[in-house]
Amino acid sequence: MMGSQPERFKSKFRGILDIPREERFVSGHRLCAGCPVGTVMRMLTKVAGKDSIIVNGTGCLEVSSTPYPYTSWMNPWIHVAFENTGAVASGVEAALKVLKAKGVLGKDVKVVAVAGDGGTFDIGLQSLSGMLERGHKVMYVLYDNEAYMNTGIQRSGATPWGAWTTTTPVGKKWKGEWRWKKDIMGIVLAHRVPYAATASPSHPMDMIRKFEKALYYTREGPTFVHVLIPCTTGWRFDPALSIKVARLAVETGIWVLYEVEKGKFRVTHKVRKRKPVREYLKLQGRFRHLTDDDIEYIQKIVDEEVDRINKMAGEEVIGPVEA
Amino acid sequence: MAARGEVRARPKPMSTNSAVAAAVKDLDVDVVSAYPITPQTTVVEKIAEYIANGELEAEMIHVESEHSALSAALAAAATGARAFTATASQGLALMHEILHIVSGLRVPLVMSIAMRALSAPISIWNDHSDLMNARDSGWVIYFVHTAQEAYDTILQAYRVAEDPEVLLPVMVAYDGFVMSHTVEPVVTVGRENALSYAPKRPFPYKLDPDNPVTMGTLAGPEWYYEFKYQQVQAMAKALEKAREADREFERRFGRGYGVMECFMCEGAEALVMATSSYATTLKAILPEMWRQGFKVGLLRLRLYRPFPIREFTEYTSNASSLVVVDRSISFGAPYQGPLASEVASVKVKEGLDFNLVSVVAGIGQRKMEEEDFKALVRLAWEARSRKYPETIFYGVRE
Repeated sequence: MMGSQPERFKSKFRGILDIPREERFVSGHRLCAGCPVGTVMRMLTKVAGKDSIIVNGTGCLEVSSTPYPYTSWMNPWIHVAFENTGAVASGVEAALKVLKAKGVLGKDVKVVAVAGDGGTFDIGLQSLSGMLERGHKVMYVLYDNEAYMNTGIQRSGATPWGAWTTTTPVGKKWKGEWRWKKDIMGIVLAHRVPYAATASPSHPMDMIRKFEKALYYTREGPTFVHVLIPCTTGWRFDPALSIKVARLAVETGIWVLYEVEKGKFRVTHKVRKRKPVREYLKLQGRFRHLTDDDIEYIQKIVDEEVDRINKMAGEEVIGPVEA
Repeated sequence: MAARGEVRARPKPMSTNSAVAAAVKDLDVDVVSAYPITPQTTVVEKIAEYIANGELEAEMIHVESEHSALSAALAAAATGARAFTATASQGLALMHEILHIVSGLRVPLVMSIAMRALSAPISIWNDHSDLMNARDSGWVIYFVHTAQEAYDTILQAYRVAEDPEVLLPVMVAYDGFVMSHTVEPVVTVGRENALSYAPKRPFPYKLDPDNPVTMGTLAGPEWYYEFKYQQVQAMAKALEKAREADREFERRFGRGYGVMECFMCEGAEALVMATSSYATTLKAILPEMWRQGFKVGLLRLRLYRPFPIREFTEYTSNASSLVVVDRSISFGAPYQGPLASEVASVKVKEGLDFNLVSVVAGIGQRKMEEEDFKALVRLAWEARSRKYPETIFYGVRE
């Protein structure tokens, strides 16, 4: 370990045909029509393969994929509660480690934690921080649909400015959410994890390689992948448009695809000309009430964020808004 | 005079906390996950020392809360490891959500509780409010009354918990400070004997890629009830298995306790029911009380969940009165001592005919001295022919 040259990561997924045919997250689940989290889990489990244990926090995915006596999971899978995904993953990883050391377990088994934005940004933040700080070798996948969708679209720390939710309704005094989304990536990176990335189901190869890389880096410590999951039910759009909405988040610069590998920041999908945020917002009923001034305000904040990203990248990785 | 199979060893001075840690070491526990809380902390300090010295090969997870401590221990046991945690008071209260999940998932796990009062006002001192708050969480619960019994019961607890016919988590509870921080002679049996008595039996439905299971599913109204009823059946099984575990322990090591103990019951006309250190103190004063003519026995509740009704009925059959000493308060309940309420229900259920007296004492470790215990014995004697319908709050300033 010490002194030797680190082995370099090399992806085995060069194209879509390299993705294993074997299904490990199977059909029959009760996710909403058009919900991309099933698609993301399908890709995630293909990358993780057979020798991985999945730890799932309470949420849409957990509820929809395991209505007893059915399950969509071909991997060993455990759900304990809402706020403890990090702790449960830590326990699984510690057990695997000691059982291997004692010769009870003969092979390497990976640990993948999956939780939503409520279970990560809010109620699960403490146990996530504990897991990251202690350096458990776990890949943590955050599927972020920007509100408590499972309980009926209540705002979370991940809900963006202006969004209607059932607890930030649009009325005479309130006009949807009035706070900005918590910087969860900043919080995770403050734990100096070896690898963290953002991903989107609209860019599957980018996402798959990030899952692969995040799993690879679990040899050094905890890793984190933050996936944006457009929610047809909570964001109020046509179920046929989930991937399009996800793509527009990337193309408008609202959702920047990047990774931080051993402290090195890199935008993995460059956007030469940005689309105006209006194109992303107008497809979603949760932003229906926004005025032109509101949209202009969001555009201004996104522009500032893009500036910050470009400064971190040292070049213009995300271009200006197209005329 | 050593009983058959007794392990001859010199006793070592240990606090109950140290005795628990020694049992964890002898049982070759694989994963320990705990968070500091007084008066439990020296249990995990001692375990950390064992791991640091290479005397125990285990992973210690330095979690950031008790909620995570129990979550991680559960997960480790679900992965096939032998897991342990320890807590008290606010820590046990913070674990409350997960207590029910461990028993609901039927994951075998052992946890020691150095019992302590609950906030507010904050009190680090001993009573049983924490434990009684957790009694309906589906765990097997033991009260122990000496450091030796704590060591022995941790061994028994793993044997019961990991039994494929039981698969329930077990709590081993003792008085904080009064026991956790006082030193007694303890005989340990060593790893070989401990593992021969309680061999590791990993969770049969563990998280295993070669035999994948989905654990912790959603159960609708058409299934949930059956899951819970299976816990009812497992509890009944746990009673049998706990009796068997204690008999086998006595056969091997010469120390047996029974699931319930009756001390100086032969010819006793009245009984005092007590747990943990109060039982120990009563054992010390009863001989003198008998000399003074008070034929009062001690009924020591050891296994609390499942409640040993058969033993209780047998031991109380000749008693005219029973004083139940509670160390916590069930505010506003018919009897405000929760154990007294349960005894009242057993009385009705089994048609028993003694005068029941409910006494609450030692709340927040309010001082109970020899004279106070003697007063309880005299109360039991008095109650043979007198009724006390209301809960007596012994030692409080009104």
